Amino acid sequence: MAAVSLRNVRKSYTSDLQVIHGVSMDIADGEFIVILGPSGCGKSTLLRMVAGLETITAGEITIGDRVVNNLEPKDRDIAMVFQNYALYPHMSVYDNMSYGLRIRGLSKEDISQRVKKAADILELSKFLDRKPRALSGGQRQRVAMGRAIVREPQVFLFDEPLSNLDAKLRVQMRGELQALHRRLGTTSLFVTHDQVEAMTLAQRMIVMNAGRAEQIGAPLEVYAKPATTFVAGFIGSPPMNLIPRDGKLLGIRPEHLEPCGEAEAMLSVQVDLIEPLGADTLVYGHIGDPGGNGGNGGAGARVAARLHASVDARTGRLPLRYDTGNVHWFDPASGKRIEG
Amino acid sequence: MVENRPGLTFFAHAVLVAGVLLVAFPVYVTFVASTHTLEAILQVPMPLWPGDRFWENYTQVLTAGSTKGSKAAAATMLVNSTVMALVIPLGKITISILSAFAIVYFRFPLRMFIFWMIFVTLMLPVEVRIIPTFKVIADLGMLNSYAGLTVPLIASATATFLFRQFFMTVPDELAEAARVDGASPMRFFRDVLLPLSKTTMAALFVIQFIYGWNQYLWPLLITTDESMYTTVIGIKRMIVGGDATNEWNLIMATAILAMLPPALVVLLMQKWFVKGLVETEK
Repeated sequence: MAAVSLRNVRKSYTSDLQVIHGVSMDIADGEFIVILGPSGCGKSTLLRMVAGLETITAGEITIGDRVVNNLEPKDRDIAMVFQNYALYPHMSVYDNMSYGLRIRGLSKEDISQRVKKAADILELSKFLDRKPRALSGGQRQRVAMGRAIVREPQVFLFDEPLSNLDAKLRVQMRGELQALHRRLGTTSLFVTHDQVEAMTLAQRMIVMNAGRAEQIGAPLEVYAKPATTFVAGFIGSPPMNLIPRDGKLLGIRPEHLEPCGEAEAMLSVQVDLIEPLGADTLVYGHIGDPGGNGGNGGAGARVAARLHASVDARTGRLPLRYDTGNVHWFDPASGKRIEG
Repeated sequence: MVENRPGLTFFAHAVLVAGVLLVAFPVYVTFVASTHTLEAILQVPMPLWPGDRFWENYTQVLTAGSTKGSKAAAATMLVNSTVMALVIPLGKITISILSAFAIVYFRFPLRMFIFWMIFVTLMLPVEVRIIPTFKVIADLGMLNSYAGLTVPLIASATATFLFRQFFMTVPDELAEAARVDGASPMRFFRDVLLPLSKTTMAALFVIQFIYGWNQYLWPLLITTDESMYTTVIGIKRMIVGGDATNEWNLIMATAILAMLPPALVVLLMQKWFVKGLVETEK
């Protein structure tokens, strides 16, 4: 296990095509870090730079106390799990997991002991003789993880490993990944575009947008205090409402809005879409009447509210209130959070 | 089709049977002719049932060729043909798979230019470049040798292209996973790409075996020594003049012998051959 640090890491393919614009981060030994962002934000590129599959244009990456910029992947002491698993189709599960160890010249006994141990952890012992195509998606996923575990690397790198699984398996594998990390305690970097995965797995996460790190922090901290409008809009489902008011942007999460009487109304929404989810109901609409008597500004902005299932949601006018303690303010020009 | 229409089924079968007869009948006539005396098959009409000269005719061609035309023994010619038909596909596969590996997995200057150079040669069949090729082989003193028979036919744009297309369907992550696992490029080639290409190689082997076996123009040009004749050339050299002077029974026996090995290769490798053309194991 080792700490990883990124120092102003940049990546450009040509002089005018830069995809990573200087990312810096210190990852502690044993930490589980999630890199979160929409597709095309450079999150996978960043991970592949740590892995050594992409060159580093500028900046420095260290694993442990070694600068790894110019090291081959095999010399970086990392293991990677790919989105499509990248299992060798003609090899059995056992051979898939042991291939890297065989190349490193470990003894047969040592290899078989490590593979058995990993197979036990991942409940793959019964499948060691099978070929990948005879396995289900979840089992293949586990073989891919097993291949990483047997190496006993300093760092695990996960490139959207759960995105090829169906929803139910994804939730299950999420739990297993958490348990695995608790058990092995290996430093892990996990790339995903799924905010639920990020929130549940991360000890800290890094939210990326267009090649920049928008915010780095613990999941709940990022949720409670988004640093930019991008983070506010990306984390949370539905995303935070952003309402122009007094030359600034007022941010309020849908679950912090509650229905109230006309007299206390701080917002008035013309509801046009209702999504009952069982435990609660999502309502969407535009603020205010065209006349503009619905509140003090922000007319026309689209707003979502998460209401308790007991509320009888209907389309039409809905007065809402919120606790001013739950309000966030952003600068509309820079998108940055305004404190206080 | 799941429809049950007896008329259609009958029609389909009739077409297939007619096709089989059309292809099989000449082969049958060849076989019949190879079992008679020369006098018997020069009768009109020719006999349509096998005669009693099977052993005599086949022993004659296998050991001593024809009596009037070429005296090259078919046994030697079969060996020559086999060498040619084995060296060509094996050489082609070895060279093409390595060049395809280089073109797909390595970034080097002029990579695409080199690929297109190889690709363009697809448009130049052996016949077009036969004079310069002959000159080169003659100057190198390779006439009447196995090297002369095989080397000029080994380079293959088709096979390189086929392997390139196959390698492009192999996910990049496989190469990356092997890199993370610590495999050198040649190790990745040996441990991952070669086993995955097995069926493609088998399909190519079958096609190229037949290609090598059936070579006519090239061996005709560069072999003058009877001991280097291939079977196909041997047949040509047995035909010496007018219809009556040719020993058609012996020529037909050689033709049957020439047909057997390719048929055998196709039969034995049929399963692999089809697999290699239709599916990719992934």
